[in-house]
Amino acid sequence: MKRLFCFLALVVAVSLVGCGKPDFSDAEKKTIASLALSRLPALKPDTTNRFADVPAAAALGSTLFFDLGMSRDGTVSCSTCHKIDRQFQDDLPQAVGVGHTNRRTMPLAGVARDPWFFWDGRRDSLWAQALTPLENPLEQAGNRAAYAHYIKARFGERYERIFGPLPDFSDMPLNASPLGTDAEKAAWNAMSGAQRDAINGVFANIGKAIAAFERSIEPAPTRFDRFALDLATGAEPKGDAVFSKEEILGLKLFIGKANCVTCHDGPRFTDNGFHNTGVPPVAVLPLDRGRIDAVRQVEADPFNCLGAFRDGDAGACGELRFMVKDAPQLIRAYKTPSLRGAATRPPYMHAGQFSSLDEVVAHYAKAAPSVEGVSEVHPLELSDRERAALVAFLKTLAE
Amino acid sequence: MQSVRQSVVCTRGTGLASLWRYLLAGLGLAALLVGILAVVYLTAPRSAQPAGPDVARTKKSDNGLYMASFVPERGVVRQGELESWLLTLKTKTGASVERAAIAISGGMPQHNHGLPTSPQVTDYLGEGRYRVEGLKFTMSGWWQLRFAISSGAGSDTVLFNVVL
Ligand SMILES: [Cu+2]
Repeated sequence: MKRLFCFLALVVAVSLVGCGKPDFSDAEKKTIASLALSRLPALKPDTTNRFADVPAAAALGSTLFFDLGMSRDGTVSCSTCHKIDRQFQDDLPQAVGVGHTNRRTMPLAGVARDPWFFWDGRRDSLWAQALTPLENPLEQAGNRAAYAHYIKARFGERYERIFGPLPDFSDMPLNASPLGTDAEKAAWNAMSGAQRDAINGVFANIGKAIAAFERSIEPAPTRFDRFALDLATGAEPKGDAVFSKEEILGLKLFIGKANCVTCHDGPRFTDNGFHNTGVPPVAVLPLDRGRIDAVRQVEADPFNCLGAFRDGDAGACGELRFMVKDAPQLIRAYKTPSLRGAATRPPYMHAGQFSSLDEVVAHYAKAAPSVEGVSEVHPLELSDRERAALVAFLKTLAE
Repeated sequence: MQSVRQSVVCTRGTGLASLWRYLLAGLGLAALLVGILAVVYLTAPRSAQPAGPDVARTKKSDNGLYMASFVPERGVVRQGELESWLLTLKTKTGASVERAAIAISGGMPQHNHGLPTSPQVTDYLGEGRYRVEGLKFTMSGWWQLRFAISSGAGSDTVLFNVVL
């Protein structure tokens, strides 16, 4: 008898509180399903890098990624900023290599799926991207001739097993680059065309090896993905796949009223595009106009898809061929970052302008105008409860 | 409130008669609530579907100089991927339009932004068919593609809506 009462009491309690089963429209269910990691297609081959899926190249790339020798003074590697135990980013507002840069380090999960690299898309392939910090005086600060010599001395045999015979560098300068110091530029200009091609070829292969390694860095399933899978299959969510009321409200706002999913779409929560969202500049940093200035840089990059160091045919170069080159919408436009894991890697935005997700949500709700160009964001009425719910939902993408 | 009181009673195991009354009242209230909600739900007006934009794939140009059709070359539209589409141009009398100069623009009217790529006519395939490469629909929603066409038949414009 006592047990029956308790059972009935429970029934009443449940019927009064509501059983907490999420209630989504068909359209919402479709959108939620489109965000699940299970929808992520297989990684496409990169025909511009014929070593992209060669295991030995990935292994060499991994060695180079963590090698402090890959810098001017032996103190900085890719992994200095792309920290393996921190989602391959560094928790700093702006990255610090040999010097202090003006941009936030980007995490690397799923990076091989990007059409454009860096916050402004100034490179168009993962291997061309990997070369850029190597010569940036604020990052690894080296020069391509020095890297070629270093590879030969330190990893010559491994390199040759993958890429074929190394050129003879004996009569080439130890330090030379078209992007280096005045002395390095002079040395580069004094070299013959064949010598420059030889150095550039080895330098490009360094990028291709590092890119082959980075292709293995992929996003992992989260609580949201377990929830989405159960919602799609109609299974009863169990354990951490159960969403709280607040998380469900946050999800509904994310794909509804708050319009987040407009840009943060698909299984990676990004449209891979560039948008001006009115993020304020950081006063002490140099002028930063985002995508509009990156167009010229990627066009001028000798390692871009239309350049001489691409493998395969130019059919892979559609993004570069058909990129928007000059439009007002490119001013202070920055790449839409993936939101997977974002909750556990503040600060946010391209120069770490916001220190918490609360600040990010507040920024989008307020929709302050951009200092230059026009912000695509429109003001939004969000209650404190709704703001907290959005943040609660974002956390399910990092658990 | 109700559930808290019930569980208190439960743990004590006393006051059985009044417990029954609470239970019956609670269940009755719950049933009434469900009934009201059901009526409200069933009689609510269907959310008015806003009339979507005209998504015809074949249409007359704005001044009637051309019949234009615009279809994805592979038959399906895939979000987030570079695609090529075919633009077919005929004159009023049904003749194929050759050697047309075609400029393409567009964007998402509800999002206040232009196209994420700059699509171009890259090939003439004969019979008035032009290949448009470099289209990319990065978001779901309403897209507009505007073609400015110039040929021996004159200059005209045509706008196609694509809804993803
Ligand atoms: Cu849009």
